[in-house]
Amino acid sequence: MSGAAVIAAADVSKAFGRSVVLRDVTLRIGVGEAVAVFGPNGAGKSTMLRLFAGLMAPSGGRLRTFGVAGPDATVRRRIGLVAHQSFLYPDLTARENLLFYARMFDLPDAVERVRLWLDRVALAEAGARPVRLFSRGMEQRLALARALIHDPALVLLDEPWTGLDAASADWLAERLCELRDRGRTVVVATHDFERGLGVATRALIVHRGRVAWDGGLPTVATLEEAYRRITEAAAA
Amino acid sequence: MSAAWRILHKDLVLELRTREALSGLIVLMLLILLTFTFAMDPEGAGEAAPAVQWVTFVFAGLMAIQRAFLLERENGAWYGLLLCPIDRGAIFVAKMASNVIVLGLAQLVLVALLALLLGAPALAAPAAVLLVNFLGLIGFAALATLFAAISVRLRAREMMLPLLVLPLLVPLVICAVEASRVVMNGGSLASAGAWLRVLATFDVIFSVAGWMIFEQLVQE
Amino acid sequence: MSARQASAPVIDRVLPIAATVVMLAAIWCVFVYVPNERLQGAPQRIFYFHVSSAWAAFLGFFVAAGASGLFLWRGRVEDDRMAMAAVEVGMLFCTMVLVTGPIWARPIWGAWWTWDPRLTMTVILWTIYAVYLVLRSSARDDPQIARYAAVLAVIGVLDVPLIQVSVRLWRGMHPSVLSAPANTGGIEDPRMVAGLVVTTIAFMLLFVWLLRLCYESLRLRDELHRLEDRARELIR
Repeated sequence: MSGAAVIAAADVSKAFGRSVVLRDVTLRIGVGEAVAVFGPNGAGKSTMLRLFAGLMAPSGGRLRTFGVAGPDATVRRRIGLVAHQSFLYPDLTARENLLFYARMFDLPDAVERVRLWLDRVALAEAGARPVRLFSRGMEQRLALARALIHDPALVLLDEPWTGLDAASADWLAERLCELRDRGRTVVVATHDFERGLGVATRALIVHRGRVAWDGGLPTVATLEEAYRRITEAAAA
Repeated sequence: MSAAWRILHKDLVLELRTREALSGLIVLMLLILLTFTFAMDPEGAGEAAPAVQWVTFVFAGLMAIQRAFLLERENGAWYGLLLCPIDRGAIFVAKMASNVIVLGLAQLVLVALLALLLGAPALAAPAAVLLVNFLGLIGFAALATLFAAISVRLRAREMMLPLLVLPLLVPLVICAVEASRVVMNGGSLASAGAWLRVLATFDVIFSVAGWMIFEQLVQE
Repeated sequence: MSARQASAPVIDRVLPIAATVVMLAAIWCVFVYVPNERLQGAPQRIFYFHVSSAWAAFLGFFVAAGASGLFLWRGRVEDDRMAMAAVEVGMLFCTMVLVTGPIWARPIWGAWWTWDPRLTMTVILWTIYAVYLVLRSSARDDPQIARYAAVLAVIGVLDVPLIQVSVRLWRGMHPSVLSAPANTGGIEDPRMVAGLVVTTIAFMLLFVWLLRLCYESLRLRDELHRLEDRARELIR
């Protein structure tokens, strides 16, 4: 099991100047797990995902992604991140955006893959339009294509359902289940208990920078109960 | 280096599509040049042409150089770039290269304007003038690109970039002005040799230092 | 830890006394012991403090660059503190060079300021490290600022030889109308050499003492912040 950990965090903390966002996070995520991370705003979910993605280094503790501390280029090749921001250039077309990332990842069949992914996220017809003109939902779908185009082994998603209509949201949940069933490791931060648990094999609650609950796959009711207990105990 | 080329290519496509950097830069250079001319006796202005040229270039350049990083800010594209499996020094190389291209084109216009408006003998020895301008351009782009990567992330970014860069640019400004003075007055490249050597050293040191230090700089 | 706490007070007790004694000796040397310089007379005596300050200033900037390089390399807060302390102390001595310079220049050259290569270089260095301090104070709450400041300190020292060469060349092109006195300050008497040695030792001791004080005050500030944050957390 230890060799197969995609993410191994030991006492990881992250501080921005004087504000400590994550503290003493000890966590192991194995290959093929689909982890849903719940927690109120400002709990440290986004920071956790950015640490896992290698966008920042921990202030304390040890963090290994695919067994490597401080993800280098080879590790970054195996990670895909969907964040709040889409990472897309508004003045490039959808196709140009995807092609740029496909080429940055040195994908051999870049043009073909871009065509495939535009199809998959139902943007084939909008492919020649600049992203500036996209709706929030279209942009989110393209952001997903951008993050998945290199078929990463670890997929990190930060509130991916925000801004999607019901149909697109269902579609996204299906894609995530598909990734999980294909053995990809998925970590998704969300407020939505039902959607999160629908794709997950394991649930976490993060509160005030700590992992406050790590208990397998609960029912929605159990999770709601635990979530209320944790957040209200702190407020009292 | 193919990663650097791809980023550069994307930046040039964006620049061609928006034409935000180059057109603004050229107009700004023209305005600074005119302001200088009105502040001086236009008859004797040719004498001061090398000084006017480099002060104009440096101040206008400082206004334009942050754009290479600002266009990565929208939608957080910067982080998308950091996620790519590339050596992050390649980002520095690409941003410096796009700045060299944009500033270099503006610089050609500036030299032509100097000849036209101030009667500077800028075209007397075109090859020598080009070489001096190129050496000054590389050093400026290297240093200013590195510090633009810092200043775009500060709150007082318009203020901080000149503060950071101008003191460090002193050797470049001194040598570029003096070398320009020599070649514009018909002197040979050899007679400007000492200045050109310092300029070339400046270029090499800060291009390499920028490339090497960039990974540390973008780390969070 | 306990060994350090036991040894620290000894050096902190010895340093102020040593610095004071040697500084008094230096003052006696400068005003009583050394003879008048043949051409410049009494005003030349400021040379001893002027030159010693310059060396202390340069030492400060090089310590700052070294500590900054270490900080960028291994990211330890101690290195960052040392860099900050060295810039603060270096700036103090650099300012003393720029104050004593004109006081010396006025009676000898008849002008407060001359573009003597060394003065010119000193003023450029002063501006570089003044910007360092502006940068640090402009964004105190930005956690990245230490990194940026370290880059500036390292690049600043790389610039020093270039500044030196170009300023020399530049002054060679525009010879001063005022004839400069001998650059050595006109040292010809062995008592003058002795005076310079004593003054330099005094300034080095003062430098180390101030550096320790600055470092310590920065450490205490961080410690205070840490305790404040702890207290706030406990109250919450």
